[in-house]
Amino acid sequence: MKQMLNIALPKGRLGEKVYDMFEKAGFECPSIKENNRKLIFENEEAGVRYFWVKPSDVAIYVERGAADIGVAGKDILLEYEPEVYELMDLGFGKCRMAVAAKKDFRDDPNRTLCVATKFSRIAQNYYSSIGRDIDIIHLNGSIEIAPILGLSDVIVDIVETGTTLKENNLEVIETIVPISARLIANKTSFKFKNSQITKIMRELQKND
Amino acid sequence: MQINDNVLNYDEKIIFSLRSLYSKYGYAPYKMSKFEEYDLYVKNKDFLISDSVITFTDTNGKLMALKPDVTLSIIKNSKDACETVQKLYYNENVYRISKGTKVFKEIMQVGLECIGNIDNYCIFEVLMLAAQSLKNISADAILDISHLGVLSSIIDSFSVSYEMKQALMKCAAEKNLHEISAICADNGIEPEKAELLADIISFYGTPDEILPKLKDIPELSEAVEQLEAALAPFEGNELKEMLRIDFSVVSDMKYYNGIVFKGFINGIPNSVLSGGQYDKLMEKMNRKSGAVGFAVYLDMLERLENQKGEIF
Repeated sequence: MKQMLNIALPKGRLGEKVYDMFEKAGFECPSIKENNRKLIFENEEAGVRYFWVKPSDVAIYVERGAADIGVAGKDILLEYEPEVYELMDLGFGKCRMAVAAKKDFRDDPNRTLCVATKFSRIAQNYYSSIGRDIDIIHLNGSIEIAPILGLSDVIVDIVETGTTLKENNLEVIETIVPISARLIANKTSFKFKNSQITKIMRELQKND
Repeated sequence: MQINDNVLNYDEKIIFSLRSLYSKYGYAPYKMSKFEEYDLYVKNKDFLISDSVITFTDTNGKLMALKPDVTLSIIKNSKDACETVQKLYYNENVYRISKGTKVFKEIMQVGLECIGNIDNYCIFEVLMLAAQSLKNISADAILDISHLGVLSSIIDSFSVSYEMKQALMKCAAEKNLHEISAICADNGIEPEKAELLADIISFYGTPDEILPKLKDIPELSEAVEQLEAALAPFEGNELKEMLRIDFSVVSDMKYYNGIVFKGFINGIPNSVLSGGQYDKLMEKMNRKSGAVGFAVYLDMLERLENQKGEIF
């Protein structure tokens, strides 16, 4: 029996782009393009099984071995620090993790900086690396609203084009780290399905 | 007295098989108390996998800890004998924070330590017992072997800060070649050296495939010779096919040196066995002798019951 390679794709636009890349690399699974609500798709011939998961969960599926490989944003990898191999920078889904604040914001180093974010660990690591004392307010969405309502001084969030910030009268004051989509692999799978995974990597590199 | 196998559960069967394997090779059982003075762990905090320890105050006012680790206790209680070799094995519960639930968990651990005048044969024997332990658990297992001297001799030749070196080591553990190239480029490291580092981390294969590729790199010759010497006795041994060379296996260089290894079983997402030479930890604990050992983590094995190894 052929060993199937399980691939976790992030649901949404990014995931579709990722699938197209895998397809071009020779790991097609036509049923995935059918318009239905199925979450798992298999192509036994090519030896692949794809499934759609929430983008922030890809790393967990891979870390726990439910998926052998997957594609996740660097933001998720930095925030959850999963025990996985980060094999390739796929070079798309590019954006940056940044600190933003109201246009007239002036940082007062004399008091604790109040930071609202979805990415608590990234914010914590960044500010401890520059030795700034902060308080974190963990929010799950609409982060931009926090400084406007006075909930926080600044936000740490993903910035793609900066339009949302601009429309809310905010601006980037510091870039923490550039973000893009990464190919990740489970450590055990990398060993036991090594030939399949290195083949995919080789093909994806050719596509660059 | 005859013991009926059927009364043993899965874990117990593995534990007994490992214990009889280790004692067959002259390892003596080591029994320790559940508690240890907290001081021992504070001094070697980075050696512990999780930095939280369950503590309590004993009736005499001493701060005690439920052991998060066995190796430190064994070293503390062993004689510092450079001429002889002490071979010990243990089967103990340790208390660590579980990554998923973030609360303390009791983990059954079986392992062995070889302390004293460590020669290539001792290292081979420990590697061989590690491979055999994996094989006892599952027929489909791999032992990844690395030599810390390989990465450190390349990274130490870079004139970059300690933090950058740590960042490079972290990338190495993740097989993250793109970030290694980025860090090297940002820090003005010669492209040939950066490429060498990336090549070495991307290598993965059997010793026969990988070691010849390293032969012509002068700065690695010492580490490669040590690897070859430790692996040579595997010639003709059926366990040889389980071995892979993988330089992304890194352990804290403050404690470990030389050969380090990790064991994987098909179907279990993380490594179930981890070990290596820890002469630097011995030095930190004022010992002159060397040491090598490993531990098998049994908490992951419950998920594997349908896939039996040699002992079943």
